[in-house]
Amino acid sequence: MAKAAILSYIKRDSLVHELTGTTKLIFFLAWSIASMVTYDTRVLICMLLMSAVIFKVSRIRVRDIRFVLGLAAVFLVMNNLFVYLFSPEYGVGLYGSRTVVLTIAGPYTITLQQLFYHLNMTMKVICVVPVALLFIACTDPSEFAASLASIGVSYRIGYSVSLALRYIPDVQREYHNISQAQQARGIDLSGKDKLFTRMKNSVAILLPLVLSSLNRIETISNAMELRGFGKNKKRTWYRLRKMKRNDWIAVAFVLAVLVIDLVVTFWDGSRYYNPFM
Amino acid sequence: MATPIISFKDYGFQYMAQAEPTLHHINLDIYPGEKVLIAGTSGSGKSTIGNCINGLIPFAYPGEKTGELLVDGKEADKSSIFELSHTVGTVLQDTDGQFIGLTVGEDIAFAAENDCVHQDEMKQIVNRVAELVDIEHHLEYAPHELSGGQKQRVSLAGVMVEEVKVLLFDEPLANLDPAAGRMTIELIDTVHERTGAAVVIIEHRLEDVLWRNMDRIVLMNEGRVVADMPTAKLLAGNFLMEHGIREPLYLTALRYAGVDIDEKIHPEHVERLTLTDTQKEMVRNWYQRQKTYIQGQDSKEELLRIESLDFGYTPQSRTLQNVSFTIHKGEMVSIVGRNGAGKSTLAKLICGFEQPSSGAIYMEGRNISGDTIKERAARIGYVMQNPNQMISKPMIWDEVEMALLQGNVPEAERKKRVEETLKVCGLYPFRNWPVSALSFGQKKRVTIASILVQRPQVIILDEPTAGQDYHHYTEIMEFLKELNGHGYTILMITHDMHLMLEYTPRAVVFSEGKMLADTTAAHVLNDPALVQAANLKETSLYTLSMACGIDEPQTFTECFIGYEQKEGR
Repeated sequence: MAKAAILSYIKRDSLVHELTGTTKLIFFLAWSIASMVTYDTRVLICMLLMSAVIFKVSRIRVRDIRFVLGLAAVFLVMNNLFVYLFSPEYGVGLYGSRTVVLTIAGPYTITLQQLFYHLNMTMKVICVVPVALLFIACTDPSEFAASLASIGVSYRIGYSVSLALRYIPDVQREYHNISQAQQARGIDLSGKDKLFTRMKNSVAILLPLVLSSLNRIETISNAMELRGFGKNKKRTWYRLRKMKRNDWIAVAFVLAVLVIDLVVTFWDGSRYYNPFM
Repeated sequence: MATPIISFKDYGFQYMAQAEPTLHHINLDIYPGEKVLIAGTSGSGKSTIGNCINGLIPFAYPGEKTGELLVDGKEADKSSIFELSHTVGTVLQDTDGQFIGLTVGEDIAFAAENDCVHQDEMKQIVNRVAELVDIEHHLEYAPHELSGGQKQRVSLAGVMVEEVKVLLFDEPLANLDPAAGRMTIELIDTVHERTGAAVVIIEHRLEDVLWRNMDRIVLMNEGRVVADMPTAKLLAGNFLMEHGIREPLYLTALRYAGVDIDEKIHPEHVERLTLTDTQKEMVRNWYQRQKTYIQGQDSKEELLRIESLDFGYTPQSRTLQNVSFTIHKGEMVSIVGRNGAGKSTLAKLICGFEQPSSGAIYMEGRNISGDTIKERAARIGYVMQNPNQMISKPMIWDEVEMALLQGNVPEAERKKRVEETLKVCGLYPFRNWPVSALSFGQKKRVTIASILVQRPQVIILDEPTAGQDYHHYTEIMEFLKELNGHGYTILMITHDMHLMLEYTPRAVVFSEGKMLADTTAAHVLNDPALVQAANLKETSLYTLSMACGIDEPQTFTECFIGYEQKEGR
């Protein structure tokens, strides 16, 4: 029954795991901003190398997260494809020169500039994905709520995230049980039926699932209120860890990366590094 | 006398959504340090009383009250749910649902976190409380790694973080196997001794609660307090049966034997019973008279045969090991054992939800291991514990018809079969009703009907009576017995020892994936080694027969059951 969740906390001993949730959250946010802002190939290459190193350090294996990686790859390809389809000349406009490599048909030609633009775009995503995945895979779910609260998000929001994590396995188990019992009544969810029948059939599982989840919510909210949730503006956290030396180093490091990134990127007044000029 | 910690004065309450008040003129005082059991059938208002004490009423469930309720000297409805939670700690019925944290430690700390207790102090509190309930070695565990009894310990620790004056338990035994239930009662008793808090237990499983001493029993019926007296006195009277609560079995047995039950014999618990020699003689005589009625079972045709079944959810684990037994046509059999012993897994294998790693299942001599879920469903019906997890249509007729619609049965035939099934299940008058208008027991019937309509030969029920009071329990079980009489073979997964004894002549016992025994129900409960290995609990009849010098407790139990069925209730 205990099927591996698509993406969840993977417990290992590593430097990344040892960092507090807060550090990892700050790291993730700053890293994302840094890679989103820049189109500077030199910066991106550096960041790419660094995220590869961080991934290595985390001891998370590619195999552990291959499903999500595959998903990310599909989106990346789609993204590239659509950008090209809708504006095949975007790179030319950006870099102010045009070197045709290949003509396909009509407006669709392949230019060096467009290829370079796509390369940068892809690198940006590849920079962020490992760090984002590591944030989820290396942060003890217990620390999520606490780390969100520590950067100023209301603890109510933080706690709903944490509760969702708490209940995902339960709901999965319940879904599994309900669907088995419904299959015994002739409801088939495998690919044999037509799409419409299958959709209709899935209602037979979702309705009881939703109703029982509503019950669950009533119980949990009563239990929480009875133990004083929402009494005060603030609350303390059992699992919040103190920032240690490594945490400060990591935060300082990522902030340095962000600053250097911004400086290098905007030094010449443009977000784009232009090798064609 | 001290001032009461909880005091209802001519209190009445009506939920906003309901036409009638749920509580009428309640007068009830609970004193500091007392242990009180509030008993009553479902719908008697006992849970509502609990919700008034902890403040869920009126703060989560609004409504109108009359009279007055004082908790620790303050008017409850002028206070707040937070303020009340400092006085009253509540352990809810659903051990899983009230587990808020991702790990044990976090869950225990929850109340302290909300109180902004500093982390260092919080860790100390958590450790102290965890020790109090013996869960200190599991602080890093996630809820799904704990047993039901352990989860209950965590819930209890969670409310003890506040130094509460009242501990309130809402049906603490509902989801536990018998031995875990017994340990819970012991735990509550220990905590009561160590903290001196008043303990209020809301429960209809009286005999199980009385495993440890209770000072007083408050009996509720139809929103009123119908009896409020010391345990011994209440048990001596005839209040329980009058109000739909099952009295402890040993007391019933004594009554059958003609023994007068009064406070002098200490009826609170079977271990403390002090019977005179004449009274013991009466029990022995009754036993001798009954013994002649016992008759053997005749052997029947084989229906379902399980042969050396092995199964594990992961390649390493072995959830079931080498399970073999045979079910005959027309039998009614219990499958018992502790939570997690592999009972439900066995049902899943029989229904084809999971595939065994080795072994085979035969139906009328044919190996059905290769059959799909759908093919098996035509002969084996599976009813889940919670009817709400099965019902997926708003109307009763549609729900029952669903399986037939999927199987492309022609309309005339469909109509005939649904009508027949509804009649068998006593649901025909409600055929055009929405499911939501039904009680829990009736919903259970609907789910059974929705399975019966496929005309299976065997029905497997997972905990058919969990959480039901005596009235609903009897209703469901008598219905199943009737079905059994119609020729359906019935397999039940259960924790309920009464159910096993009363309704199923035969029981298959599991522990940790292994089949320990396949024997008569009475034998299971009279074999101390088996009882312990399977986390069951011997019945009080065993103890009673021993106390009266009858050294055949098994036959004594069989006599009792036989007599009950013969005389009717």
